[in-house]
Amino acid sequence: MALAETSQQAPVGVATAERGGALAQWISRHAPILLLGLFMILFPSIANDFFLRQIAGWTMILGMIALSLMFLAGYGGMVSLVQMTVAGLAGYMIAVFGESSLPKVSLFWPWWAAVPISIVIAVAFGTLAGALSARTEGIYTIMITLALATSFFYLTLQNWPIFNGFSGFTTIPAPHFLGVHWGEPVPLYYMILFFAALSYAAVLYVSRAPFGLTLQGVRDNPRRMEAIGYNVTAHRIAAYAFAAVIAAIGGILLVWQNNQISPFSVGVDVVINILIIAVVGGIGHPIGPFIGALIYVILRTFALDALVAVGLDGRRFQMLIGLGFLVIVLFSPDGVVGLWRRWASRAFAPNGRSGS
Amino acid sequence: MAVTFGNEETGYGARRNDALGRWIGRHPIAALVIAIAVIFVLWLVFAPWPAGFEDVFGKKGIFINALFNGITLGGLYFLVATGFTLIFGLMRNVNLAHGSLYLFGGYMGYEAGEWTGSWLFSYVVAFICCAIVGMAMQFLIFRRMEGQDLRQTLVTLGLSIVFSDLMVWIWGGNAIQIDTPDYLEGPVPMPIVIAVKSNGETVFLQYPLVRLVIFAAAVVIGVAMWLALNRTRVGVMIRAGVDDRDMLSVLGYRVQLLFIAVFAFGAGLAGMAGIVGGTFQSLSLGEDSHFLLASLVVVIVGGMGSITGAALGALIIGLSEQIGTVYFQNYSTVLSFLIMVVVLALRPQGLLGRR
Repeated sequence: MALAETSQQAPVGVATAERGGALAQWISRHAPILLLGLFMILFPSIANDFFLRQIAGWTMILGMIALSLMFLAGYGGMVSLVQMTVAGLAGYMIAVFGESSLPKVSLFWPWWAAVPISIVIAVAFGTLAGALSARTEGIYTIMITLALATSFFYLTLQNWPIFNGFSGFTTIPAPHFLGVHWGEPVPLYYMILFFAALSYAAVLYVSRAPFGLTLQGVRDNPRRMEAIGYNVTAHRIAAYAFAAVIAAIGGILLVWQNNQISPFSVGVDVVINILIIAVVGGIGHPIGPFIGALIYVILRTFALDALVAVGLDGRRFQMLIGLGFLVIVLFSPDGVVGLWRRWASRAFAPNGRSGS
Repeated sequence: MAVTFGNEETGYGARRNDALGRWIGRHPIAALVIAIAVIFVLWLVFAPWPAGFEDVFGKKGIFINALFNGITLGGLYFLVATGFTLIFGLMRNVNLAHGSLYLFGGYMGYEAGEWTGSWLFSYVVAFICCAIVGMAMQFLIFRRMEGQDLRQTLVTLGLSIVFSDLMVWIWGGNAIQIDTPDYLEGPVPMPIVIAVKSNGETVFLQYPLVRLVIFAAAVVIGVAMWLALNRTRVGVMIRAGVDDRDMLSVLGYRVQLLFIAVFAFGAGLAGMAGIVGGTFQSLSLGEDSHFLLASLVVVIVGGMGSITGAALGALIIGLSEQIGTVYFQNYSTVLSFLIMVVVLALRPQGLLGRR
């Protein structure tokens, strides 16, 4: 698993940690991510609704779903394509239990009841999918999870009583509480930002906690971990459960942002796009999926116009994505984050040691 | 990986019978259940149905048609999945571009058929075109990243995206149907009674000839592959490579050449299956992922890397899809998914897979 072998390092570029108070040291060690956080908090003051919703919102939501894949692939060595399906199931459940334009299916529960039950159902599904694929090894995971994801797509397409078949659900409002209507662009942005930051921090924390370290041990040598006395399968399934929580929250936010959900939100191409986002960003570090999502969203939003502007057919967008993905996989298996790390280690280490 | 070269699963005929006997000895109840099921299905097919039966199963004609459609669809799935499983078994490469090869073969066969007017010749064209693409993939890309399973898989994924967009570009999004040649057109009567009219006249099943011919061809190809794998020198090399390719290459065999040959063969089979699919159903955008999914499920159910497993899996999935379409209209794909889940839960390596 070459892609999973990128080791866990502290962010590069802050090699000169000053001797000082613990707080100053902590701040200087985490300067890039703190600056990014500050920028994201101030972003609504400089950006219009289009950038908030279409660029930042989508980046963070897709980033979260890809982050749950990255957690499994990067730390667990399990490339699970079922994460988008988990997110989609959570989104469907919020439409089924909450409000939608379809009174004969929707139960119109209040958000504080619909959200937890959606997350519970989606996490149960994600854990079950994990239990099915965790018993097999390595490359089989990708096959089994792809088959599961595609089956779910066909289920939503064919099932009318629960998933409302081909047309899915529309007009699913974001909740209204604390006197704020969370469907408005700025509140929605902050809600998405909060959960994206939370899941980023959670993944970072878990990756350094005993559970995450054990998981990385399982990734590198399951047999040895088994011999030491760890329950390899249980750790893998627990990792699936944790990743499913992130994916489920991402899925609910996706529905509130998008206002609708249909089988084409969980189609094979979407499932694969999530993998592409995670791999292009880099599955060595939790920031990777967000970078990948930003690249993907920018391409998706502007590639059509850009392609037309240079005289090509705008419909070749998918090929652009595919070719970009191929280039990254062929030349930088650890994604954009890996590219940047190599560049940074060369730029900041003048004694000629290459980072790769 | 256990060195099980020449064990009961790959041995010669006499030893195979032994293996079957031993399997029955070890699992008497399962063997009994399977035997009863087989006899029951045969009885369902050949005997006239008693009165109460049609209330449960619907008309006999519908059931028999679903059964035949399922078996012939299984033949098509076998053609696609067998290349997939061979490539996986030998090279540990999950070729996610296999569906694209299927669709590409279908389109090339369609073009060749339009151009020359010969349906049989289009198979040759499809096989050669897909084999060339497969060889190029193995020679130019996968050879350079051997042993990196995940990276190879990601590359096939990227390729499948590019391929499918290229094919949409060239052939558009509309469905294309490959015409059945005249000499295979039309139904033939089968010696199976599906109903007795009130005036005592018996109605026999009429079934499309082309589907029967293609199914027979799939069986012939399957048997030929089994013989080639088990009775020829190249087959021995492939089986040895599946078990331990490092050892095979240490022994001085040219493993790279073998890899290219197997990749070309698997891809070519997928291409030929594309024409079959284009004749049975149609070729269109999205069929590539449909057949990729079918191959995945077939191979997961049957057992990865096993040809017999692919045949068994293809039969099960083909039947479950067709019978599901008749009896549980809205859940036909979910039925094959359920079968996959049950197999994974009880036997993660697949029905005929080895650990």
